Amino acid sequence: MDRIIQYIESYLGSDKTPGAAGNMFWALVYIMLVFAGLSVAVIAMNWLERKILAHMQVRLGPMRVGPHGLLQPIADAIKLLLKEDIMPSEADGFVFWMAPLIVVLAAFTVFIVVPFGPTHAVTDMNIGILFMLGVSSLSVLGIVMAGWASNSHYPLIGALRSSAQMVSYEIAMGLAVVSAILMTSLNAEGTGTLSMIGIVQAQQAQGEWFIFKFFPLGLIAFFIFAVAMVAETNRAPFDLAEAESELTAGFHTEYSGFRWSLFFLAEYSAMIAVSSIAVTLWLGGWLRPFPNLLSGRIWDLAFSLVPGITFLFFAAICFYNTARMPKHPLFRVQTIGLAGFGAVLGLIGLVLFIPAVSLRVQDIFWFSSKVAGFMYMYIWYRGTFPRYRFDQLMQMGWKVLLPMGLGVLILTAGIALLQQTIWHP
Amino acid sequence: MTDPNTTLSHLDLETPEKPFLDANELVINMGPQHPATHGVLRVILRLDGEKVLGLECVIGYLHRGVEKIGEHRTYTMFNPYVDRMDYVAAVSNGLGYCETVEKLLNVEAPPRAQHVRVILTELNRIASHQLWLGTHALDIGAITPLFYTFRDREEILKIYEKYCGARLTTHAFRIGGLQYETYTGFEKEVKNFLDFFRPKIDEYEELLTTNRIWVERTKNVGIISAEDCIAFGVTGPVLRASGVKWDLRKAQPYANYKNFDFEIPIGQNGDTYDRYLVRMAEMRQSVRIIQQAVEALPEGPIMAKVPKVIKPPAGEVYHSIEAPKGELGYFIVSDGSTQPYRLRVRPPSFVNLQALDVMCRGQLVADVIAVIGTLDIVLGEVDR
Repeated sequence: MDRIIQYIESYLGSDKTPGAAGNMFWALVYIMLVFAGLSVAVIAMNWLERKILAHMQVRLGPMRVGPHGLLQPIADAIKLLLKEDIMPSEADGFVFWMAPLIVVLAAFTVFIVVPFGPTHAVTDMNIGILFMLGVSSLSVLGIVMAGWASNSHYPLIGALRSSAQMVSYEIAMGLAVVSAILMTSLNAEGTGTLSMIGIVQAQQAQGEWFIFKFFPLGLIAFFIFAVAMVAETNRAPFDLAEAESELTAGFHTEYSGFRWSLFFLAEYSAMIAVSSIAVTLWLGGWLRPFPNLLSGRIWDLAFSLVPGITFLFFAAICFYNTARMPKHPLFRVQTIGLAGFGAVLGLIGLVLFIPAVSLRVQDIFWFSSKVAGFMYMYIWYRGTFPRYRFDQLMQMGWKVLLPMGLGVLILTAGIALLQQTIWHP
Repeated sequence: MTDPNTTLSHLDLETPEKPFLDANELVINMGPQHPATHGVLRVILRLDGEKVLGLECVIGYLHRGVEKIGEHRTYTMFNPYVDRMDYVAAVSNGLGYCETVEKLLNVEAPPRAQHVRVILTELNRIASHQLWLGTHALDIGAITPLFYTFRDREEILKIYEKYCGARLTTHAFRIGGLQYETYTGFEKEVKNFLDFFRPKIDEYEELLTTNRIWVERTKNVGIISAEDCIAFGVTGPVLRASGVKWDLRKAQPYANYKNFDFEIPIGQNGDTYDRYLVRMAEMRQSVRIIQQAVEALPEGPIMAKVPKVIKPPAGEVYHSIEAPKGELGYFIVSDGSTQPYRLRVRPPSFVNLQALDVMCRGQLVADVIAVIGTLDIVLGEVDR
């Protein structure tokens, strides 16, 4: 017993991730936390997407299930779980069964290396970014399998489109990532790193997020990645593989119930995953904004209060809307529910003001809010853009993004070489 | 197909296009249950990968035998049935039918009735084009314009509801004029709508006209030449976007369109983008017509002298109007009884739909959706 407690305690105070420190217990705890957090994020994202999209489109979105539709995702989840699970009789059963699993596994496994903070990751691999890119690309395999196994025409076309899509954006995406990795080698030792935590620490050491590095090279690389990542996650305007108005639902036309919800889950967690890559590589990961402009202890203190203030702000919105709720007795439960939700948010906000908590949590907060910015962009794209045709996407990938990526890579490498040999020999 | 005048060189159904290498052709049923076929249109697509080698439309899923029903109803009783054909432009259908029977009876609606008819029909043109724009954009993947157009279409429907109590299948006109006098504040509300609607067209255009993806998806997609249009009998905005300045409101003025000053917008390339621009410009022209009509709304009776029991003299008549989707014609053969001997409708959607194959050959599946959207078909009218 003592040995177990000792084993558990041995990690506390370590400055490594549990995986790197080799502590299985804490690694498991972190996996659970990431998984739970991700599920909550997907649920929240579901509600937010509907609400934000609705408000962009002059409508209200879900309003009935819970106050302002807050319980709608849960109602939907229950509905999906209770639905009949249909497998077409002509389908290839095993592959049909495997496809959603592969997609979900690919989407969730990548979160092992996502650095929410200097120690807040399940593990720190020295090939972290390669692992992320590799595993997240696996989801295309799942999509192709789903399309093929359905033994139906629309899914097949969806799968074909997906594979055509992949070859056209992945190269440009890779080039953009390489140019960011090149920038990590501009430190005193002159060695780069592929570790996700190392990349953020490199930005911290150089005092510059890579999006601003060698302006505008970093920005262009970021832009290439930002376009490619939308294509990677099959979201509008690149949602060709599931274009509902063309291919009914594309690769998941034949899926229903829980299997379908796995695709849904995977899509949203893949969105979070690729946004995490972008945040890590170009937006300084868990680092707070304006580290150079607003430096000093007083600003550190001020920024450590931001998480708490944010949650209090959300709580205030909830309370404001509670006050605006109709006074009719039928709305009593909803009013209480919304006030309770606001109270929970407010409580979280207050807890975040405790210095000991805020010091540990603010890394996660900054990382998540940067990712949330990307999530908002995703919704915004969906509300604004028509869908690309797949030959146009390929044209863009090969004729625009790829040359741009090559150019950025060569220029970055050239400037980096000059900086290391001539300016700072 | 043997007549050389009607045979088109590229519509060669006998010798199929060779697929690439020895790839298998894929035959796909698009519809009748499909989100983007605007109802129950079934399109059999022959594909090489995603390239369309040819397609065939299967229609009739919404057939209700409207023309046959017409033979068993009196002229007055049949009037509401025409609203159910092109249900997004019910007022235009009613206008066409009423004017045809009036032509048969040799009566003319009084000026005030004609003015109100023009106002309501042009409002209907705007409503129909709004619905087209919303669904067309939705098919191409832009979901937001749909909600904008429906928000603004609501204002038109409110005017209808106040005028005749119905929003969609209005039955607004009667043979010989109108049944209802305009309600109090009708003119003001129409004017308010026009002021409200002018900036809204700019809003739609802001979302789409210069949108790079929209332009890429619609330019050079579904091109149809003016000759093909004429050969197929395609009319309406589709014909005008191919560069033919043909609008029945100008060519064979009916109602009192000759009193109003408006232009016929035309395109050059006959592609989806031009059809989009033409329809957007038509909405602006409709606003112009309504403005003139509502400002010059004369006083006077709203109903011509029409016998209680309509018994037109034996004979036949064809009359057509410019419906939002093209030439809407009615051909009525009267045997002198209270019911038509034969009633034939020439619906624009049905004729325009023929051109789908020509417009889609060699394009991709995604373009088929865009072309179905740009043809602006209503299956209620295609199948009748």
